[in-house]
Order: sequence, then structure tokens, then C-alpha cells
Amino acid sequence: MKNQSMRINKILVCCGPGCLSNDSLDIYEALKNKIESDKPYISIETTVKATGCHGFCEIGPLIKFLPLDFFYCNVKVSDVEEIYQKTIKNGEIIERLLYHDQNSNQKIKSPEEAGFYKGQKKIALRNVGEIDPLSIDDYMKRGGYKALKKALLKSTTEQIISEVEESGLRGRGGAGFPTGFKWRQCAQMQNFPKYIICNGDEGDPGAFMDRSILEGDPHSIIEGMVIGAYAVDSHSGFMYIRDEYFLAIKNMTKALEQARNYGYLGQDILGSGYDFDIQIVRGGGAFVCGESTALMASIEGRVGEPRAKYIRSVEKGLWDKPTVLNNVETWANIPVIINEGASRFKSIGTAQSPGTKVFSLVGKVKNTGLIEVPMGMTLRQIIYDIGGGIALNKKFKAVQTGGPSGGCIPEQLLDLKVDFDSLDKAGSMMGSGGMIVMDETTCMVDVAKYYLAFLSEESCGKCVPCREGIRRILVILEDICNGRAQDEDLDLLIEICETVQATALCGLGKTAPNPVITTIKYFKDEYIAHIRDKRCPAGVCKELTIYSIDKDKCKSCGLCAKNCPSSAIKQEQSKIFTIDQTKCTKCGACVDICNFHAVKIGGALACR
Amino acid sequence: MENQQDFQYTRQISQQYPQDKRFLLAILQDIQKEYNYLPRESLYMVQEYMDIPLAKLYSMATFYKALSLKPKGRYIIKVCDGTACHIRASQTLTDEISKILKIAPGQTTSDGRFSLETVNCLGSCAAAPVIVVNDRFYGKVTPSMVKTIIDEYGGIYS
Repeated sequence: MKNQSMRINKILVCCGPGCLSNDSLDIYEALKNKIESDKPYISIETTVKATGCHGFCEIGPLIKFLPLDFFYCNVKVSDVEEIYQKTIKNGEIIERLLYHDQNSNQKIKSPEEAGFYKGQKKIALRNVGEIDPLSIDDYMKRGGYKALKKALLKSTTEQIISEVEESGLRGRGGAGFPTGFKWRQCAQMQNFPKYIICNGDEGDPGAFMDRSILEGDPHSIIEGMVIGAYAVDSHSGFMYIRDEYFLAIKNMTKALEQARNYGYLGQDILGSGYDFDIQIVRGGGAFVCGESTALMASIEGRVGEPRAKYIRSVEKGLWDKPTVLNNVETWANIPVIINEGASRFKSIGTAQSPGTKVFSLVGKVKNTGLIEVPMGMTLRQIIYDIGGGIALNKKFKAVQTGGPSGGCIPEQLLDLKVDFDSLDKAGSMMGSGGMIVMDETTCMVDVAKYYLAFLSEESCGKCVPCREGIRRILVILEDICNGRAQDEDLDLLIEICETVQATALCGLGKTAPNPVITTIKYFKDEYIAHIRDKRCPAGVCKELTIYSIDKDKCKSCGLCAKNCPSSAIKQEQSKIFTIDQTKCTKCGACVDICNFHAVKIGGALACR
Repeated sequence: MENQQDFQYTRQISQQYPQDKRFLLAILQDIQKEYNYLPRESLYMVQEYMDIPLAKLYSMATFYKALSLKPKGRYIIKVCDGTACHIRASQTLTDEISKILKIAPGQTTSDGRFSLETVNCLGSCAAAPVIVVNDRFYGKVTPSMVKTIIDEYGGIYS
């Protein structure tokens, strides 16, 4: 496929978290070196950029070619030479590296044609994957810092706050508190200094939305924060970023420096006479610090314990001064609202939840990745149209939203619209945007146990209901998974859950029972199977599962024996393979590797 | 054990920050990065510099996951147990590594070479389940791959 008129002038190599783990940085370096070393001999005006996440992590590393807008997937370092010779120098498309859409069975060139990108609407992620995060000029070329000029030079603080209020923007950190209202309350306080905080302590397992924005488009957050600070009259801001996100910290540090040099941050911003600066604070790896008051305690240099919120942070927050704390994604939305106006923003999404939401769509779904969709899209559309359906064509069981304190939503609710209120009603929550898809091989009791184990470890220990309650819930769940539970344990479980919900001090404790309550509500039969039949239907709980080989299906190929890490599978004289139960660690390697579905998963009782 | 000169670092690290309580976490993080744990001697020095009780440092060190009072191994094996990895059976990887190295998560082998940790989400959910050894990523790991990975770092001495 040759296209003579083709001139590639920009190559975007995805260096988001998913692609980085597949050596995308090496690919970027190799491509760059290749072009650099040939520059003296031939005229190539192609620039290579390492960008933030392109979103489609499943098929990474991804490379996008502009202006022709086609992309390669699953690229390896060894492909660089061919890409350089054929695509960059001769404008030839390498068929092999194009994305093959399984559902339509077609090779796809442009991202817009892929089911994964169709239906997405990018606001918070507008620049992620499109620009070099280390270049402020790239950001400005795409309209960056225009909103700041409009806000500081042409608007009153009242106009800014009204615009944000009018847009209906709700906090993207999970709780969905109206951002404009928060700002107005803080602006009215006559207590100085006031503080601005960006919450980048993204601790939810299975979530990397904020990380992608921090890494891929740091300036959008800075711009949002300066506008917010100006509106409430604050001169000092903090960005709390997880220490594990070292690339995010690196990129943000650089971006802050650039913004200062360009006069968008620091003293006398844009000659308006207004001063504001931002400092980065590295998180210490405690989930509870994502809670706003705990986060503030951590910035102050204390252990991150939350306080009761009878008095809100807008009145007494950081060092007891009025504070506006918003999530990364919320800040990234602000410049767009100021630039394009509230009515434009409101035209997207639903009446009660305008705009879009970024999700990390992960788990047993075909197209794992980072997506941004208008509010009000149904779970079915997200999982099947964008996510491409369930991996390995297994059966859908549940989708978990809202992180560890969210809930599991079953198949009958797949047509639920995704917005703050609908998810709450279903017993789950929006949370920061993790969306984990589960299939028939996921045990729902184990999932509940997993989240509660996480939460019991992350509970700060300040209030009794959370510290002791979660631990008791966990013990009962462990009993259920080990086959030691009785019928009445289920009632006890529900009772403790309700108590914790009603009495815990902060959001972490209050929502902690959600995974248990929703799984009992929607998947009670699985609890019953564990408790009465001592059987784990999904074959996950080891104590309640036994693997055996179906003699009729076994073709004696020996693949399972070769792949068994504990050498538990032996061939008997009759050539049939059997599993030695005393050696079997129930890791499931044989189930996954067998081409003939000959490894059976059975309940412990049934096989005894 | 560390010699006297080593602790020059602690002094340098502390003095990069003003004597303000709010830099405490940052100082401790930098010490952790330098020594791979928080040596007792370093904590004494921080205590003196910041003029705060040692108990306060202890409460910080035990509260934040990024801080550790025990030395960590040369190779830190992190098994991601984020939700995406968990439902793709990351637990079996932890079990397999535990079995081979004879240590539980959070422990270090007696020769000080390997530490085993479970972490909550490394953001590489597409490659789940994921293992990271120091800074190297391994994606779509199966229990049978574990031994080969440990062997890359010299394996266990028998």
C-alpha cells in the first residue's frame, strides 16, 4: 500500500503507563535516534514526540502518525527499522501493524474508525496523547492558557464563579459535589490566606485516570488551578501527588517551571497584579489520604487521619484556613468551561451530571484502556461498544464501579445510565472512575473479600466502626470463602455492614460496606453456594475448589503437566493425566493452558 | 552496617528543607529512597533537626506505606494486586513467589536479596497480572513464569 502524496510530519509515541510497561520508551528513543542520525543525509521533517496515554492500552504500544491520522499497535522495538524505512521514508503503511478489529474483522487505520474510540468525547483528556507533556508550546498551540487570559484579564471573579456554577460541573473525585458552589462558599469567606489543593492521590486499585492527565497534560491542571485560585482569592496552592507516580511528579515539576517562565504562574500573572504559586507534595502511600481532610493533615506534616466534617473545608481546611480542594479531572475541566462557556459544557451529558467522565475500563474486557464518555451513556454501551465485550467471549457477570468503596452492578442493570445519581441509586457510586468488568470466572464473594481486605489495611484506625467493623466483616467473609461459615453469618454480616455505614467518621468508612452489600443484594446465590454447599461456583476460593481432569476430554498432550509449577500432574499407565491433590496449589495454570477444556473445576464437597 | 559517612546524606537531605513540620513526610521519603528504609540513626538526626518527639516519627513511619523501618532486599518484587490483576489471578503469583522464596509478602529473604510486596495498582491493567522487579515490568505473568523471572536475578541459592 503506497501513498506517494503522504507526508508524515509528526509521530506520536504513546508513553502512558500501559505502553511504558511494554517498552514504548525504547521505541521512542530508537525512532528518534534513527531520524536524527539520517537527518544530515536526507531531508525528513518528521518530529517524534513521547506523549501521554492514547487510551487503548490493550493493544499498546501505540504509535500515531500525523497529519494522516493512522496508527500502529503492538509495536516492538524490532519493528522500528521497518517503520522507519517503509512508513517514514516511503509513506508505506505496514499492514501487519494496523489494528485488527475482532468484532468487525477488519484492519483499521484511523483511530476514529475503531469501535474503541467511537462514542468517546474528550474534554478532560483533550490533549492527553496529542501533545508532548513537557512542551508548554504544544499545550498553547491547542488553545492552552487562553482561558487563563480570559479569566484574569477580561472577567470578574463573580463571572468566573457564575460560569462554573452555571456549567453544573460536579467534583470528579467521586462525591460529585457541585464545584461552583464550593468555590462560591470559599470566595465568601473573609479569612486569609486561602488555599487551593489538587487531589492527585489516586489510590483506587484498577484506576489510572488522574495519573494519565498528570503525566500527559499537566498544564491543563495548572491552568484550572490558577483560574480557581483567582476566583476565590487564594495565593497559594498545593498539588498532592502519589509518590509512586514518579513520571507524573517529574512532568508536573517541569510544567510548573515552564508556567512560571511564561508568566502564567508566580508573581504578577499576565501583568494582572495577581500572584499565585503551586507546590507539589508527594503522597506517602496511604489510601485514606485521598479523603480531603486526611489529605490536608498529610500536607501539614501529620499522619493522614480524617476529621469529622461538621465544618466544611471551604471554611476551615488546610491549617484551618478556607480551602478549595478539587480532583485532578475537575481542574482539567475548568479551562474548557471558561473558554467555551457553560451552556456548551451543559449540552454534553445529562441534566444533573453535565459533561463527561474519564474511566479506566479494565478487567475481563476485550479492550482495556482509558476512556472518556459523556455522562448518561449506559454501562452496556461502555462495555460492549467501547470495551468490545467480554474477553475470550466468556459470559458477563458484573461490573464494579467506584473503587474499593463502590459496588458491583449485575447484568440486569447493564442499561443503567452512568451518572452520579443513577449509580448511587443502584448501590454503587461514580467514585473516581475505575470500572472493572468481571466474568463468570470471577467469584463475587472473593471480590467483596478483596475490597474489604484492602480497606481494613487502609483504614486509618481513628474511629471504631471502621477499624473494628471492617475487620469483623473481613473475618466473616474469610470464613465464607474457607467453607467455615454458617447460615446465620449472612445476617450478622448485613447487620455489621449497616452499623459501619451509619456510624463511621469519614467517607472511607461509610462506604466500605458497599462491595459486601451490593454483592449480597445481587449475587446472594453465590454466598449461599459457599455457605451451604461449600462450593465456589467460579472456582476461585481454593478451599472450596478441586481441579480434576476429565478423562473423556483429555487428549494426553501433556501440556498441563509441562506447565504445572508444582509438578502435581502425572501421567498414569493408562496414558491419562491425573492431578495429585496433595501437591496441587490450585493456581489454575492447567485450566488456562488446556486446549480441550479437559480440566474441571469442582466443589470440594462434591469431589470428596 | 552503614558507616559514619553514609549518614552525611541524612544531614544533607534534612537540611534541604526548612525546619517546618510540613516537610517531615518529604524528608522521610528522601531518606527512604536513599537507604531503602529508615535507619534508626537517621531518625535520631531528623528528630534533632525538626525538634519533635521520636514517637511522632515512629507514627509517621508506620502509617505511610512508602516508609519502612526494616531494610528491604536488593531486588524488590512487587506483585500488583490491583483489582484488574486480582481478578486475573494475581494471588496465585504471590503464592508461587512465596513458595519459591519461602517468604510472605512484606518480608525479605534472609540473604537480603529479595523482598516480596503486594501493591495496589501500577496502572498497567491491560497487561494484568503484572509483576515489577525493581523497575522492570513483567506483564501477563502466569505461575509457571515466576521461577524464570526469579532466576533472571540470580535465583535462590540452594
